[in-house]
Amino acid sequence: MKLNYRIVIFALAIVFGIVFSIPSLLQTQNGKKITLGLDLQGGLHMLLGVKTDEAIKSRIKSVAASVKHFADRNDILIDGLTFDENSVRFEVLDSDELQAFNDFLSKIDGAKTDIQGDVITLTFTPQEVQKIKKLAITQAIETIRNRLDQFGLSEPIVARQGKDKILVELAGIKTAQEEQRARELISRAAKLELMAVDEARNARVYNMSDTDAAAYGDVILPDAKNPKIKYLVHEIPILDGSMLTGANVGFDKNNRPVIDFKLNSEGADIFGDFTGKNVGKRLAIVLDGKVFSAPNINERIGGGAGQISGNYTVLEAKDLAIALRSGALLAPIYLMEKRSVGPSLGADSIKASMIALIGGFALVIVFMIVYYRMAGVIANIALIANLILLLAIMSLFGATLTLPGMAGIVLTVGMAVDANVIISERIRELIYEGKSMHKAIEDGYSNAMSAILDANITTLIAAVVLYVYGTGAIKGFAITMSIGILASMLTAILGTHGIYDLLEKKISKSKDYKFWFGIKG
Amino acid sequence: MEFFRYKSALNFMGKSKIAIAISITLMLLSYGILFTKGFNYGIDFAGGTIVQVKYDKTAPIKEMREKLQSNKLFENASITEFGSPDEVVIRMKTTTGNVTQDIGDITREALKGTGNFEIRRVDIVGPKVGGELREKGIMSMLLAIAGILIYVAFRFEWRFAVASIVALVHDVSIASGFVALFGIEVNLDVLAALLTLLGYSLNDTIIVFDRIREGIVTSKNMTLEEIINESITRTLSRTTLTSLTTFFVVFTLFMFGGEIIHPFAFTMLIGIIIGTYSSIFVASPILLWFGFDVKKYHTKLAEKAKREAEKERMRAQFESGVM
Repeated sequence: MKLNYRIVIFALAIVFGIVFSIPSLLQTQNGKKITLGLDLQGGLHMLLGVKTDEAIKSRIKSVAASVKHFADRNDILIDGLTFDENSVRFEVLDSDELQAFNDFLSKIDGAKTDIQGDVITLTFTPQEVQKIKKLAITQAIETIRNRLDQFGLSEPIVARQGKDKILVELAGIKTAQEEQRARELISRAAKLELMAVDEARNARVYNMSDTDAAAYGDVILPDAKNPKIKYLVHEIPILDGSMLTGANVGFDKNNRPVIDFKLNSEGADIFGDFTGKNVGKRLAIVLDGKVFSAPNINERIGGGAGQISGNYTVLEAKDLAIALRSGALLAPIYLMEKRSVGPSLGADSIKASMIALIGGFALVIVFMIVYYRMAGVIANIALIANLILLLAIMSLFGATLTLPGMAGIVLTVGMAVDANVIISERIRELIYEGKSMHKAIEDGYSNAMSAILDANITTLIAAVVLYVYGTGAIKGFAITMSIGILASMLTAILGTHGIYDLLEKKISKSKDYKFWFGIKG
Repeated sequence: MEFFRYKSALNFMGKSKIAIAISITLMLLSYGILFTKGFNYGIDFAGGTIVQVKYDKTAPIKEMREKLQSNKLFENASITEFGSPDEVVIRMKTTTGNVTQDIGDITREALKGTGNFEIRRVDIVGPKVGGELREKGIMSMLLAIAGILIYVAFRFEWRFAVASIVALVHDVSIASGFVALFGIEVNLDVLAALLTLLGYSLNDTIIVFDRIREGIVTSKNMTLEEIINESITRTLSRTTLTSLTTFFVVFTLFMFGGEIIHPFAFTMLIGIIIGTYSSIFVASPILLWFGFDVKKYHTKLAEKAKREAEKERMRAQFESGVM
């Protein structure tokens, strides 16, 4: 017998298929497995948008804070320090100091100053605005990733999608509580601000509207525990969370969980200066626009360490510390798309599609044997090999199996027999024409080839387009379709041909066409 | 077992006028439905919210409705049974962009006291995302058609490409018409089904075309009409068989694949039937109408073969160093 390369390749493919599909089929611990999509195992899928305009606003606010600090530190008298969405404006009372101030401001990245008389207006260049917006997105991705890494889920996915969207996928979320915790951790701005209480006017806070407060350069903020309690604080913070270097859960003297935070040296300087000058006044510790505590300043606090106390559980304190540690979101995020699937629905989906897969598969197998007899059996071997190969390749690439992906497999089964049908029909035709068995098989394959290739390639084109343009689950469908098509070309064309090569002598000797190709002879 | 074994070719082209009349009628009806009734866009494309709830008994839909009505969020919500009597889907056109405040939690709170239930699925698609998905869907459809057009034109001839695209548009239009007629919810899966249908229907058409091309090359004394009839007759067994096996499989999916896969399976089922019909009765007559000339094709092929032979000769000369 001459070397039958077809059967060798087919055998290798089957061995490859079995070896690499076993981890997925038996769900063993070792080896690469097919990952189940969120729709099959349950989980949370979110597409988040970033409110980038807010990043500009907060940058402006932080510039205002540093202007104020610079003025305080160098004893420069300024007046009317205000800011809006895109500019900071103030008047330098002593025009001799204008130059020093301008020097200081020109060191701020992307800042543009405009001096008219003694009034300085600071804005950002359009390039800087773009940069800040872009940074807000990349920083949000980084921050969310950091937070989720510490959350304790296996392999959370945080990735940029398109230009300005963030994709978050969390597999294996089991309960509603868990989901809520994850959502809160992701979306928490974690913006820490230390703000001075406006002691002169705070007593009147309950009779003031937001516009009244704004007239004094103040804002009204609610207490975190009891929203009825309100504080009047200076709108421009003393410092913000960007100077934070660490945050950990600690315990106060009553053994309640608190969060200890540390500031960098610049922050520590500002903090020291401020507390030194404002002994006896109150300092509000503000997190995400809520006052967590407003302790009296008893003395100058050096070293840059502080504490946020609140009425939280250890888990809440832990999540808060994670959020603070991984940094504030430069801009708030919002929900564009969310899909969450409970684990029981996922299990039901797997069950239903397995029934469909096995049912469809069995029908096709029986039908092929009834119609083609031995040729049908050979086609079925190719079909089974095809399925194993499909699983193996998907496992090897760590592809994700989704519900539409399951449908893709089911469809592949239906279409994979097509190549065999084309070939068998061709062989039958040639037998009718009175060709010898050997000639019928060889010519049958070569005649069928161009049709099979063209048909499969066109389907492949559709699948590739689906993959490129599809999202999530659709991509999964396209992947199984594409791999299925490629695998079926290998098994149906090469594999079955190899088997015929192997059996050729036997078939040629036999006159029983009915047995081999199911025809009446 | 054998389905068809004809000694002579069946006269498909003779019936092509009737078939084309049926096709045009169906297409016009489909467009009529699409323009008047339109698609029932699911939240994937229209945006909105879906909450799927499963009870451990028959879902108390009336009670649920009353409970939900008190919350403004659910003002225009539709509550319908989903697959089985204990499973319900609540649909809303609105979405909330708030990450922490979850519609699932709100629903759980609102339905308190209606019995034991579990929230199995929450889908929220914002209007912007929905619009983008719709655009992408149309784009992918056009791109797939363009890719296929180029491939077929390259492998066959431009008339074949045009004929197959006409057949494709025919299939997708009619399938879409059925989807709209039955009010099937159009989501991403249905789009995938329509795209798969592109591939599938083309599969069928290409196999017939391949036979026609082969017939043109080998039987010089036949008219194109005869060649087409012969080709369709010869491939009829295969067309029927593959359509049947695929139909079986999709039908099992439709029957046992669960409620979620229903729109996909339905669209595929319709598509398989129409795709099979069109590859027999639609694609080939168009080829005939575009005035495909067998004789010209032969001269072209002969020229091409001549050029190839010339090239081959030159190469052989070059390689053996006789220049």
